[in-house]
Amino acid sequence: MSAGAQRLDVTVAEVVDVNPLIKRFRFVRTGGGALPTFSGGSHIVVDMDDAGTRRLNPYSLMSDPGQTDSYMISVRRDDNGRGGSLYMHRSVRPGMQMQIGWPVNLFPSDLRAKKHLMIAGGIGITPFLAQMAQLDRIGGRFELHYAARNRTLGAYMDELQTRYGARVQTYLDEEGQAMDLKGLLTSQPFGTHLYVCGPKPMIGWVLDTARTLGWPEGALHSEEFLAPPVGQPFEVELARSGKTIRVGAAQSLLEALEAAGVDAPYLCRGGACGQCETDVCEADGTFEHNDHWLSDAEKASGRKIMPCVSRFRGARLVIDR
Amino acid sequence: MGIEFNKETFRDDYTFKNSPAAVRRFPFPFPEDDYMYSVNMEPHVPGRKGSVFEHTFDVDEHYLAEMRDRELVLKSDPLRCQSLPHMTLAGWDLLELIMESKARDYPHWFELHKSGDRWTWINRPMEIEQSFTFLKDDTLPYGPLEYITRQTQGDFTLQDQRDNTLYIDAGTVTTQADWSLDFDVGMAFHEWHAPVPLAHNMGVFDRALKFLLKLQLGSPVRRFNWTMTVDPLLDTSPENYPKWGPSKTTLTMDTIGKRQHLRVELQTLHRLPRSNAIAFPIRAYLASFDDIVTMPKWGRRLHRVVRDVHPDLATYKGFIRNRDLMVQWLSQYDDGKPTSPGWWPEPE
Repeated sequence: MSAGAQRLDVTVAEVVDVNPLIKRFRFVRTGGGALPTFSGGSHIVVDMDDAGTRRLNPYSLMSDPGQTDSYMISVRRDDNGRGGSLYMHRSVRPGMQMQIGWPVNLFPSDLRAKKHLMIAGGIGITPFLAQMAQLDRIGGRFELHYAARNRTLGAYMDELQTRYGARVQTYLDEEGQAMDLKGLLTSQPFGTHLYVCGPKPMIGWVLDTARTLGWPEGALHSEEFLAPPVGQPFEVELARSGKTIRVGAAQSLLEALEAAGVDAPYLCRGGACGQCETDVCEADGTFEHNDHWLSDAEKASGRKIMPCVSRFRGARLVIDR
Repeated sequence: MGIEFNKETFRDDYTFKNSPAAVRRFPFPFPEDDYMYSVNMEPHVPGRKGSVFEHTFDVDEHYLAEMRDRELVLKSDPLRCQSLPHMTLAGWDLLELIMESKARDYPHWFELHKSGDRWTWINRPMEIEQSFTFLKDDTLPYGPLEYITRQTQGDFTLQDQRDNTLYIDAGTVTTQADWSLDFDVGMAFHEWHAPVPLAHNMGVFDRALKFLLKLQLGSPVRRFNWTMTVDPLLDTSPENYPKWGPSKTTLTMDTIGKRQHLRVELQTLHRLPRSNAIAFPIRAYLASFDDIVTMPKWGRRLHRVVRDVHPDLATYKGFIRNRDLMVQWLSQYDDGKPTSPGWWPEPE
């Protein structure tokens, strides 16, 4: 079964310039009707046809999960990326028909929490927009601490402060406003759960600080989608399908499998969910494991690879696909 | 539509019976002549017309009698329905899934009318008309899970997903094959499956959990499970074992055909949209050995499965004591001819 394969036909209803780096896209169901209800923290995979190159990028749903007439995502332009965000910024216009995957939630609210403490950096705000709307409706207690470089890039700061008042605190780097993380984490009521989404160094800082302060592991939640890194091209033999494929420099192994017509499972395409885990049959070389899924022991064993973000350098690689 | 609901009981005088049509659509669980555990899951998509998986939730001739039996169980033991505080949202998810499915699949029996969050639910067979506010707990006579499962055949558990496992944190369980929600509530996946023999060493539960953690919205799956029950008793609970356990000691060659039932569970798994929890309906179907052998293929095959099944499995499923008697009785219906693959009956 190729998980992630079930798709929804949507039409782009609106494209909004939020600021110089971020555009917001609103999708409605092609032919009308409601989209599936989802839970705050979910993402969708957007299917792009970029002049013949198929790109499948995950984006968090930022719209209110209670509103199923449309879905909204925000996309930050990455001029040095592989091209997905550039395609969204340059080529996607209202009226275009596209396909998206069904919502998948790898960053759910833990509904046992007495309080939800959310920490967002930059574009990492998007899953929290949906979580807050949902928690607000069901009477959940939450507090958001939202950091951005400056007010222009703090895309949704004004709107959130108007809507949620003192439950939203903002921090602008260029104005020297720093989050007192330690103070924040030592002043929470018992039963608080901590959620962080943002740049990698911020996630590390927040989780390390919480662990040092003795927060239980089960109360810590984070989400980081990795873009598949660019690397050297490499060849892979596919034991089951009997093919040999070449993975381009700006292509992921998963994308190369798909381009060769091999049905490989996936969900998040960002090294987080584990769905694409693949057995290695033979390897003579070095793995570049970039995922958050495999344990250190599994990475060291050389018996597993996550094709969505990981690469290989060496003489020979044979995988079970 | 053509179904009349049976007037029947699943206790005391045991007037339960299957009509010939109910026997023909019985979900006989053995696609081959032998049986061992496996991760036997397939997409829960609409199946053959008239079959138990034609619709998302099957409503059959036993509906009203099963709901009456559930009412009696809950009255004597309210702990058969439990929902930990964080599972209320999942209860609403389940209520919505069932109401929308039944109103779509059986419009002559069920209707759901929505005006924003104001909903009206009509259940004609049970003579219920209820208006309520979706997601407002105090607008229903029970919590959402209990409300809807008092009107839906089969047991239900709701599983919360966290820490890379599933927790059985809510459910309504009154037609169970000898397990207890009150005992299991709050347990993690590997804890509540701990009593199952053999499958752990086969890695079945590790693989099943991995699969379920990735279960997707809009892509439910299903599998069968089965056991044996003496007399058509739905509530074979550990709490009541003293009441039904001894019945196993009273079977004879003369009574086994009527009293011994094959109990099949159609289990489905659905990712829920708002809570991200998993709903696990466990729908039990009963057929007496007399019912089974009206389908020659099933009679042959059941004889072979019961004869050859691993003794640890027969012990766990609670019929090792009567296995020889079952095999002796069933052998009358096995002429040794080959059986065709798959579980559909072949009327001869």
